[in-house]
Amino acid sequence: MGSDHGWRDPGWRVSPDSAVALVYLEARLLDEKRFDEWYELYTEDARYWMPLSRGQPDPDTHTSLFYEDKLLLRIRIERLRHPNAYSQQQPSFCQHVLQQPAIEEHEPATQRFLVRTPFLYVETQLDRQQMLAAVAWHHLVTVEGALRIRLKKIELLNCDAALPSIQLLL
Amino acid sequence: MNRYRDNPAAIRDLVRPDAIHRDLYLNAELFDLEMERLWARTWIYVGHDSQVPAAGDFYSTQIGREPVIMLRGTDSRVRVLPNRCAHKGTRLVSAVSGKCPAGMIRCPYHGWTYRLDGSLRTVPLRSGYEGTGFEQSGALRGLVELPTANYRGFVFARVSTEGVGFEDYFGESLSSIDNLVDRAPEGRLEVAGGVLRYLHDCNWKMYVENLNDAMHPMVAHESSAGTAKRLWDSAPAGTPAPMVIEQFVPFVNGYEFFEKMGVKVYENGHSYTGVNFSIHSRYSSVGEYERRMAAAYGEERAQRILGEARHNTVYYPSLTIKGPIQSIRVARPLAVDRTLIESWTFRLVGAPDELLARTVTYSRLINAPTSMVGHDDLHCYRSIQEGLASSSSEWVSLHRNHTAAEAGQVAGTYGATNEIPMRGQYRAWAAIMAGATPGGG
Repeated sequence: MGSDHGWRDPGWRVSPDSAVALVYLEARLLDEKRFDEWYELYTEDARYWMPLSRGQPDPDTHTSLFYEDKLLLRIRIERLRHPNAYSQQQPSFCQHVLQQPAIEEHEPATQRFLVRTPFLYVETQLDRQQMLAAVAWHHLVTVEGALRIRLKKIELLNCDAALPSIQLLL
Repeated sequence: MNRYRDNPAAIRDLVRPDAIHRDLYLNAELFDLEMERLWARTWIYVGHDSQVPAAGDFYSTQIGREPVIMLRGTDSRVRVLPNRCAHKGTRLVSAVSGKCPAGMIRCPYHGWTYRLDGSLRTVPLRSGYEGTGFEQSGALRGLVELPTANYRGFVFARVSTEGVGFEDYFGESLSSIDNLVDRAPEGRLEVAGGVLRYLHDCNWKMYVENLNDAMHPMVAHESSAGTAKRLWDSAPAGTPAPMVIEQFVPFVNGYEFFEKMGVKVYENGHSYTGVNFSIHSRYSSVGEYERRMAAAYGEERAQRILGEARHNTVYYPSLTIKGPIQSIRVARPLAVDRTLIESWTFRLVGAPDELLARTVTYSRLINAPTSMVGHDDLHCYRSIQEGLASSSSEWVSLHRNHTAAEAGQVAGTYGATNEIPMRGQYRAWAAIMAGATPGGG
């Protein structure tokens, strides 16, 4: 497959550049449906969160569109591949279009980053296509010398709209 | 486009004892008639009174195509008013919810104002109406309150000024709302946790049917719940199941489980599955909650309340509720092939937050536009909507466990894989659509 932006290169030093590269890589892996590689970008205690309300402080006592740990993400990936996932018999595809990710916070001592990335997301299934706009907040940590995602929070612009099925991952 | 409007016999012919005609899902004229008849002559769920806690608080929504405001008055009563200025028809409030400033509703166009009971308060330059016949026009009546019932916080309204009474229409099925509210140690609910709004490109009736369809979960949800079960089966023995596993896995229980949970059917299209047990029966208990329930009701009554595991109760045609996880789903038809499904969750007042966390988790897993289980279901509804275009048959089978004895009444308790709840819905549909006023349940 194509470049992974040096993310796997043992000589790749954790740096603000690599944090930005990881955000681009994550989107690319989703678009290319390389879900197993995508899954490995997340720490074991990671969360993938898309709140339902603007400024929603809490995923526990307020419903979210996504609030998934690695078990739920694994179920989701396996379900997409299941031969009887009828809603994917005609498969969906997606395309992320990212604005330049910006480092909002960086702790040099621990090499933690908070990266903000506005993006457009297009999901298509044969003749049906929808476009969503959102801002991603990647909370990145360094584990064994490599950056991983501990939390991806996606603020969907029209989170309060009546939405059709969103079958892939933003 | 007037095949059905003036032809009640043609409407009745669409519903056989054991099958229905595809026009129920496909025909736009029938959809129009549903909005004028079924959704006007029956009691439609509007909202929960905790959404409007103080005088002047409003929530705006629709009953069929009718824009309405649910509003709490200065007398603390909750009314349902048309969201339409008596002058030129302007929609009066445009926010989904909010508070009427200065204790009145003011039209954004010409500034007519109304009191919180809907009565007309002021009209600018009123002298201009003198001698015009205005005093005799309907406008002076202001916003005329719809017949409204507030049943333990659940606010229903009827668009038709005359028709069946609320308790007659729902009858004994109201016991499911009772059980839901009784689950709060303080005996009341509050809307909490946000509302999921999921657009379904299918006819509304497919959704409502499915709520008491016990033959689909093990097939339709094999890819989602079945995957959850398979992944969890490989976890080391004795690992405590997380809440999401507890909630997913029962969806792929076998036919015997779903048959034996039982279905209770009432007249007028109402019913509930889970007479004996349900997919909600085996959730981990929350000790602190059970202690508070016992303190509030006494051990015996608390156990009776919590022992109910009703799965989905259908309050035909608009509302379905899940008592054991204090959530509701509301069908809002938009067009013959478009429906908005709203999923609301509640805080059981006096219960620990774990109960709210549980229902919020379930709603996200099952009812969200991002839900794998939701994708499974909607795919089937959409496939019906498209498949019915086939001229290979004009009829949809509802034969499962049908017997001639149903001709008298559908009310009773049955094995839950029986399609009798759907036959009951369509019997009510045909009667109301062909012109009858719904009778007592």
